[in-house]
Order: sequence, then C-alpha cells, then structure tokens
Amino acid sequence: MRARIPRVFALVVKELLALLRDPASRAVLIGPPIIQLLVFGYAATFELKHVPFVVYNQDQGQFSREFVARFAGAPSFDLVQFVYDQKAVEQAINNKSALMAMDIGPNFSSDLERGQPARVQFVLDGRDSNTAAIAMGYVQSIVTRFNQAQIVQHGMKPPPTVLLDRAWFNPNLDSRWFIVPGICGILTLLVSMLTTGLSVAREREMGTFDQLLVTPMPPAEILLGKALPGFLVGTAEGTLIVVMAVFWFHVPFTGSLIGLYIGLLCFLFAAVGIGLMISSIAVTQQQGLLGVFLFMVPAIVLSGFATPIANMPQAVQYITLLDPLRYFLIVLRASFLEGGGISLFWPQYWPLLTIGLICMIVAANLFRRRLA
Amino acid sequence: MNRMRVKGLMRKEVYEIVRDPSSIAIAFVLPLVLLLIFGYGVSLDARSVPVAEVVDQPTYLTTSFLGELDRSPWFHPARYPDQASAEQAMMQGRVQAILWLRSDFSRRALSSGNAAIHLTINGVDANQARIIQNYVNGTWQAWLEQQATLQGQPLEIPVVAEVRIWFNPALTSRYYLIPGLIAIIMTLIGALLTALVVAREWERGTMEGIMVTPVAKTEVLLGKLVPYFVMGMGGMMLSTTMAVFLFHVPLRGSLSVLVGTAALFLLTALGMGLAISVLARSQFVAAMVAIVTTFLPAFILSGFLFDIRSMPAAIQVLTHIVAARYFVSALQTLFLAGDLWPVILPNLLGLGVLCIVFLGLSVLRFRKRLD
Repeated sequence: MRARIPRVFALVVKELLALLRDPASRAVLIGPPIIQLLVFGYAATFELKHVPFVVYNQDQGQFSREFVARFAGAPSFDLVQFVYDQKAVEQAINNKSALMAMDIGPNFSSDLERGQPARVQFVLDGRDSNTAAIAMGYVQSIVTRFNQAQIVQHGMKPPPTVLLDRAWFNPNLDSRWFIVPGICGILTLLVSMLTTGLSVAREREMGTFDQLLVTPMPPAEILLGKALPGFLVGTAEGTLIVVMAVFWFHVPFTGSLIGLYIGLLCFLFAAVGIGLMISSIAVTQQQGLLGVFLFMVPAIVLSGFATPIANMPQAVQYITLLDPLRYFLIVLRASFLEGGGISLFWPQYWPLLTIGLICMIVAANLFRRRLA
Repeated sequence: MNRMRVKGLMRKEVYEIVRDPSSIAIAFVLPLVLLLIFGYGVSLDARSVPVAEVVDQPTYLTTSFLGELDRSPWFHPARYPDQASAEQAMMQGRVQAILWLRSDFSRRALSSGNAAIHLTINGVDANQARIIQNYVNGTWQAWLEQQATLQGQPLEIPVVAEVRIWFNPALTSRYYLIPGLIAIIMTLIGALLTALVVAREWERGTMEGIMVTPVAKTEVLLGKLVPYFVMGMGGMMLSTTMAVFLFHVPLRGSLSVLVGTAALFLLTALGMGLAISVLARSQFVAAMVAIVTTFLPAFILSGFLFDIRSMPAAIQVLTHIVAARYFVSALQTLFLAGDLWPVILPNLLGLGVLCIVFLGLSVLRFRKRLD
C-alpha cells in the first residue's frame, strides 16, 4: 500500500504532463470549452427575436392598418415590406426573405365594423417547423390581445371563457435558463472525453503502453492513474462552467451545491469510465476518435438537451437509460431551476455509478488481456 | 500534376483504409446508426403530455371542455381532486401542466363571460412549455367555436387568424430534423475521415518516405482527398436513401442538385479535416481539435435547432464560418421545397468560399520539409 500511492501519483503527474505540456493540446483543453459556453449560451435560444414578415393588405380601412401596426411594433416581428400580389407573397416565403406572410382580405375593416369575424390568413415557412410553430404561438397571442382591445373598445360581449396561463420555475419561459445548464453538462462531457478518450490508444500507437505494462503496477493502478487526471480536469472545468452560468448568464441557482457536486463527480466517474473503455478498445487513435464520436453524438442528442426524452418512442427511451448525460442533465437543471437537493437526486446518482463501475471494470480487463 | 503518381498515392491510401476498417465504419456505419437513432429518437412533437385536471364544480360545460382535451392525442389527462394535490404531482414531475376550472366557471361562462381557465405549466423546458401552451390554446379555441355553433349563435371574435404552414403543413418535426441531421452527420464524416491522415504520417515517420520522392505537395493532398471523397459520397447516398425510403421525407428538389450540393459540402468538410491535420501535426492534437470544432458548432450554430436570426449579431457573423449552416439551409429547401435557386445559390457560394479557404490553407501550410 505504501508503495502504491507514490506510484499512482507519479503516473497521474505523467498523464497531466502528457496532456498539458504540449501548448497546442493545452490550448484545446482549456480555451474551447469556455469560448463554446459563451458562444452557445448566447446562440442557443428558442425565443424568436426577428421574425421577418411581409404584408399583403387588400383592405383600405383603418382597422387593418392598426392590426399590421400591432405586429410591426412587436419586438419579435420585423416588417420587411408590403407586397401587392399573391405571387410576391409566394416569392418572399420561397426565397426565405420572410418567414411569415400576412394576407388581409378586402373586407377586413368592414367585417370588423359589422361585428362579423374578420379573417386574416397567415402563411408560415414550414421548412424549419420548430421556428414556424413558435412563430405561430406568437401570432396567436398578438391576435388575442388585439381582440381583447377591440372587445373593450366596441363594447362587445366578452367571450364566454378565457385562457389564463402561467409557468412555474421559469415564469418568462426564458429558454436560456433551460439551455445553459444543459451546455454545462455537454461541455463537461466534452472535456472528460478529450482527456481520456485517446489516452490509452495514443500510448499503444507510440509503443509506450508496453513500457507501462512492464512496470510493477497492476492494471487497477494504471487505470487509476489514467482516470484521475480526467477527474481533476473535469472537476476544474465543470466548476468554471457552472460559475460562468451563474455569474455571466445569470441563470438562478436555487438548489444544493453539494448535491450538484456529488452529481458532477458521479457523472465524471461514468464519463471517464466510458472514455477509458473506448480508449482501451481502440488500437489506433483513429479508432479512438471514431469511438469518441460514436458515443458522444448519441449521448448528447438523446440526453434530453434540446428534444425531450418523453417525446421519444419507448424503445429509444430505454436506450437513453444508458446515457450518463441524461442523468447529469436532470441533476443540473433541478439544481439550477427547481431547487432540488441530494435526497431527490439518488435516482440519478446510482445509475451513473453503475455505468462508471462497469466501464472501469471492462477497461481494466482490456489492459489485463494485453498483459497475458 | 502527374497522373500516375497521384494514382499511386491514392492506391496507398486505399490500402490504409482497408487495413484499418475504422474509416469504412466512419463512412457507412456512422450514418446508419446515427440516422436510425435520431430519425426515430429525435422529435419535438409532444404526444400524450401528462396534464392534471382539477374541476371544483363539475357541470355539463366543464365535462364538454375536458372531453375535448381527453379526445386530443396530445394530452394524457388525469383527474385530481384539488389544486394542492395537482401542484404536488407537478412538483414530482408526474404531470407537465395543470388545468384548473374554479367553482364559478360555469356560472360566469353562461352570464358575464370571461370565465377563467387556469393553465399552469412546468416552465423548466421553455420550448416544450410553449408547445403545450399552443396545444391547449388550439384545443380551447376549437371548443369555443364548437360551443358557439351548438348554441346557434356566431362566435363574436373580432379577428380570426387562419394559419397555414407551407412545405410541412402538419409541422412534422421529423421532416425538418432529418435533413439537418444529414448535414451534421456529413460534417462528422468529413472531418473524421481526414482529420488524422496527414498527422498520422508525420507521427509514424512515413511522411519522410513520401518527402524523398518527387511527388508535389498538391499531389500528396489530392491522393489523400479523393479516396475519402468517394467514401463520403457513399455515406451521403446511404443517408439520402434512408431519409426518403425509411423516414419518408419528401424529396421535392432534383437529385442532381442534391448530389452537386452534397459534393461541394463534402469537399469543404474534408478540406476542414485536412487543414486540421496539416496544422496539428500530432494525431492527438488533431483529434482534440476535430472533437471540439465539428460536432457542437454544427449542432448548435447551423440553424438546425436554433434559429440563426434570433442569435446576437456577433454570433450570427460567427455562424458564417460553420459549413453546416449552408448545407442545413440548402438541404431543408431541397428536401421540402424544391430547387429554389435564390436560396440554394447563396449557400453554394458560402460553401465554395469556405472550401477554397480550407483547401488553400492545407496546401499553403503543408510543407515537404522536416523542421
């Protein structure tokens, strides 16, 4: 035991040197995660701020001008131009110069005056159906507000029922609050893959892994020496990213910090385990790189980062149970927004530990196989 | 440029591909696996959203409104006796939203109007919350109109918005996600195939062997590019076939334009990999750069999930160096709308510029010298 600690320590130092000595690899490890948090944190938002739209107004009355003004004045919509025939509407949408076209019929104002429902047609570009769906919601809410004003102005009978909605945890439905904690998880995964995914494959290819195997260290110690740098770098960068999410992006942190850190360590255990497993299966770095992508891409897409797991078919939902990022995202989002603590997180901790343990055992066995 | 020399180099590269089948896996297994998982797995269409219903005083009106909700495929409603128990269910994540009809609902609906339907949504996933909001709103409006028809009086709504969605009338998110996913998968394939090929030769020392031969550096790079280009196009063909025949995404544009756009994009993606490989010189650094610069930028900055127009101006400028941005836009138009040149041409232009930059960088920085 007494000999072991310095041995593992020496290996950890060697691994850290291999990672950080080369200025290029040092730069890749530290710079991009921080830059990416900044860029993605601003880029990844589901709010629409500039929906370009064209207006084809066949009505001469004052009401249609008021109606158009409601949209032109709304912060989410940008009036591009007025068009004067159906063909121009088609062209604007086809060429993507507008996401939406508003087609007001010739009887709009007179219908409104007579108390008849005045109909307005909205055409949306469905090539990006998520943006179209969000814009559709915006249209509905502006029309509803216009209607309420009209009802009050003209002393009309109010509708029998109204829909009043509010949202918990995120009252303004600011998607950044949801996305930024998700990016924290993704970048932590990225860093742990960078530190461990190629570490064994590289030594294999260079021939230095054989040297490591002839030392008196048992595979478990080699594994520990290879895993610890991933933990250290992952914890350090994970902390930095969480700090930036709170102080730069002002995402409220309402939960328990200890709960989040236990989650981070469990997640790193799983991610480092998977990285070492990939790295010890791979014979060349090319294979290691392929392995990293084959794991990382599905892990991010199926984690519930952008598309909810509940929308996936049952069979795919079972696959997500193998995805460590899925559990960590729940911990992150609950810690940030829902005020969750350790007691609520047990169902997330233990799958992470299980995944990590299995992968570490597989990785150690793959070392041993080489020994034999 | 000597044809025989290039052919010889290409043959050498093909041998390397065959010897380490991971390249073949990248070109064919990667798109197969990823498209299958994503095509079936990724969807923004909420179905069977668990909703709590709380009714303080049941009447025929509340039954009729909630009946409309129960029939909708979007909701999976459950009754709760009071608001407190429903709130607790939402806290525990068992329901996503609560609909509450208070005791004065029916009385007000029949007399003064403006009877409130209280909708409370879990806002953690803001996008999903907004989609649920839209669903409830749509269901409620349909119910209002139906009630008015039943009572034989026209509905007194000043303005009725009729929304029509072109190209994808049912807003099936798969139709727009799959072309985007193809763009992302092709980004990965392109970079993965070439990111290590030059760095590998430096590291193994075989580059010296090439340097002592009379081949020109453009010939070396061409020999590296062509075999992987052929493989990448194979992967693209596989992805397109799956999109059309397995996922039934309509292909409204012409195949020749699709192939041409894909070829230009693939050249750009391979060029990016090659540039990484030439600049990095060590496989480890090249692999790290490839991991960092390919997938996440293509996933987040290409407009595949997040609308580029809504990003801050500085980041919009930044998206112009992400090749996937042009390919996502071109593919979505080619699949769902057709050969619309005003959309496709600017995207081809953007790809062309990036392609020249990456390939030019590779040629300029590739030295036939040991230093």
